Amino acid sequence: MNKQEERVDVVIIGSGASGAAAAWSLAETRMKILCLEQGEWTKPHEYPSTTRDWEARHSTEFSISPNRRARETDYPINELNSPIAVANFNGVGGGTILYNAHFPRFHPSDFRVRTLDGVADDWPIDYETLEPYYDENDRMMGVSGLAGDPAYPPKLELMKPVPLGKTGQTLGRGFNELGWHWWPSDAAIATEPYDGRAECINLSACTSGCAQGAKASTDITYWPHAIRAGVELRTRARVSRILVDENDMATGVVYFDEDGVERFQPAEVVMLACNGVGTPRVLLNSTSNRFPDGLANRNGLVGRNLMFHPYASIQGIFDRPLDGPHGPGVCIWSQEFYETDLSRGYVRGFTYEINRGRGPVSTAYTGVFSGRIPWGEDHHQHYRRMVQRMTGMVAICEDLPEETNTVTIDDELVDSDGIPCPKIDYTLSENSRKMLDFSVNRATEILKTAGAYDILTESPIAGGGWHLMGTARMGTDPERSVVNEWGRSHDIKNLFVVDGSLFVTSAGVNPTRTIGALALYVADSMKKRLATLFD
Amino acid sequence: MNDKVIASETFDSQLRRTLVALLDTMIPANEEFNAPSAGIDDIVNDVIQSMSHDAPLIVGEMLARLNEQSSARFEELDEAARWDLFSELQRTEGHALRTLSGVLLQCYYRNDQVLESLGMEARSPFPLGNAVEQGDWSLLDPVRTREPFYREV
Ligand SMILES: Cc1cc2nc3c(=O)[nH]c(=O)nc-3n(C[C@H](O)[C@H](O)[C@H](O)COP(=O)(O)OP(=O)(O)OC[C@H]3O[C@@H](n4cnc5c(N)ncnc54)[C@H](O)[C@@H]3O)c2cc1C
Ligand code: SF4
Repeated sequence: MNKQEERVDVVIIGSGASGAAAAWSLAETRMKILCLEQGEWTKPHEYPSTTRDWEARHSTEFSISPNRRARETDYPINELNSPIAVANFNGVGGGTILYNAHFPRFHPSDFRVRTLDGVADDWPIDYETLEPYYDENDRMMGVSGLAGDPAYPPKLELMKPVPLGKTGQTLGRGFNELGWHWWPSDAAIATEPYDGRAECINLSACTSGCAQGAKASTDITYWPHAIRAGVELRTRARVSRILVDENDMATGVVYFDEDGVERFQPAEVVMLACNGVGTPRVLLNSTSNRFPDGLANRNGLVGRNLMFHPYASIQGIFDRPLDGPHGPGVCIWSQEFYETDLSRGYVRGFTYEINRGRGPVSTAYTGVFSGRIPWGEDHHQHYRRMVQRMTGMVAICEDLPEETNTVTIDDELVDSDGIPCPKIDYTLSENSRKMLDFSVNRATEILKTAGAYDILTESPIAGGGWHLMGTARMGTDPERSVVNEWGRSHDIKNLFVVDGSLFVTSAGVNPTRTIGALALYVADSMKKRLATLFD
Repeated sequence: MNDKVIASETFDSQLRRTLVALLDTMIPANEEFNAPSAGIDDIVNDVIQSMSHDAPLIVGEMLARLNEQSSARFEELDEAARWDLFSELQRTEGHALRTLSGVLLQCYYRNDQVLESLGMEARSPFPLGNAVEQGDWSLLDPVRTREPFYREV
């Protein structure tokens, strides 16, 4: 028998980018709001950058791969049938604990892909609808950047951009020589003190947690405000399934607490914020007589249309020292090849994100395992030709939705509470392949123009499944979408989705600024309809 | 038994001598750069302590096979003979050598002496952070003059 908790108005599952934003926004309603999070609070003083072996810890206990990290708070994922492996973090703040804080917005054209290019689907909302929520999310997270980017409509400028450094200047000169677009990247990084957070000190460890507190992870942005406003955040609470009554209304959620005790949390409204893999997992595990194929899945679309963003990495070796790993990973971007040009052989486009360099251990791995640094006498000389002299970029390619790219439930795999785990089936499309190849060729050109004498590539980046989108898409047509245009399930009138699963298309940019804005938009849509929410 | 105990039990004093000689062959000292050999005590200890899961076993067995491949133990051979055997190892022991290489690179390039020889500070990134120059923002001038090119809808 499940232990029953006190009833709440809204239970939010997941405390990452979207769960935190939605919780904060809903707090002003004075409803009783509870967030259940399977992971724990992280302690900034334990992040790898506080210790000498920071590079090693980045690939073990703070690995971006849940299968490698394998903490009790993680759940394993069967990704054998995917060329791209999932990257995430399960704890308060979700993926924002380890994200790079690259913070681009979508473009107006990204919401109109079918109309403009005849592929995928249009979103049920547009850029203008989301714009005020982008602004609000920017203020809450704290965004740095420079106004005037010709690749974008005008947007809010809050803090000065991250430094160019030697890397940004070297690549910027290269882009100028070719006449290609570049601009300092928008970053969810405080470049000056912001909302009680200290400014960035260029630790170079953003993707293993920011000990300085400069990077906007939602545990230090939204959550302190939401908790002060009365939201309860319960950690080590892993939801196994959502229950429904005979009227197709959710009655609450079943979860396991830290001691493995199964509990029932009754709620008037259930909101999913578990990301593009975690959300379909909970829905597909919530089977019942009324929903034998999983909740909100009468049209069979839950878990389909998984989008990752295939990435290519293109790095150059230069004959002079650059910044090494110093500085935030975020530097400058180029959207020269963002919009569709069919003469390139594919539809849609991509962004180049220029990073900094690598740490001493990572340089050695790259050099030795790519055959550039030998063992023996010559080791030192070849190492010195690479260390501090590498930089380059990644190309983040728009991934189009395909129903055959899926999250399903694995037949055997379970987590530490015995809850069945996700299985990924993903194939790189022909369009993505061509876009990746094009991006590698053009990036090679830019790196050589900027002075690189040797180029290293990885395409697609095998461990680069850090953007999880599309598996509970929004739309006005109940046959072609899982939730409506403001995030409510077509099948269950008190069930909402706010995370990256909502995405109809992926755009050629990182998703988290849009995820935050969408969560605020869904929460606001609920607030505006409180009296008629379930109609 | 935890990983550290397994590692130190696997590398008894004899096998440790072979490991030292092998590490020294892979990354010998270099006077010009003032770089230490990977066979110095600090690094060898770190390598042994940092092997986890089945790595001690895999590496230990590789070292045992290495010693069986010539009339003398690996550490007793001269430099040229060691290099020949190591070259052979690179052809035959892909997985085991890769396991050892990963741990070695991680330990070598976090060692104080090594970092100093590279002119890097031997410290954690936090709390001091690092200096990165702002750079010359006038480089953006050609881009600033470009007309907006995002697609209107
Ligand atoms: C290494 C890395 C680098 C990245 N870099 C960038 C970047 O530069 N820019 C960018 O825009 N994005 C980046 N991302 C992606 C970004 O982190 C995600 O887009 C974002 O965090 C997704 O938000 P979300 O709310 O959808 O889900 P998440 O932030 O993943 O949050 C989901 C939360 O739900 C919890 N949860 C899941 N299932 C359950 C359950 N059953 N019960 C209870 N709790 C549950 C999880 O523990 C987790 O905390 C990066 C991600 C990684 C891992
Ligand atoms: S580079 Fe800046 S944002 Fe990134 S971890 Fe360091 S201090 Fe934090």
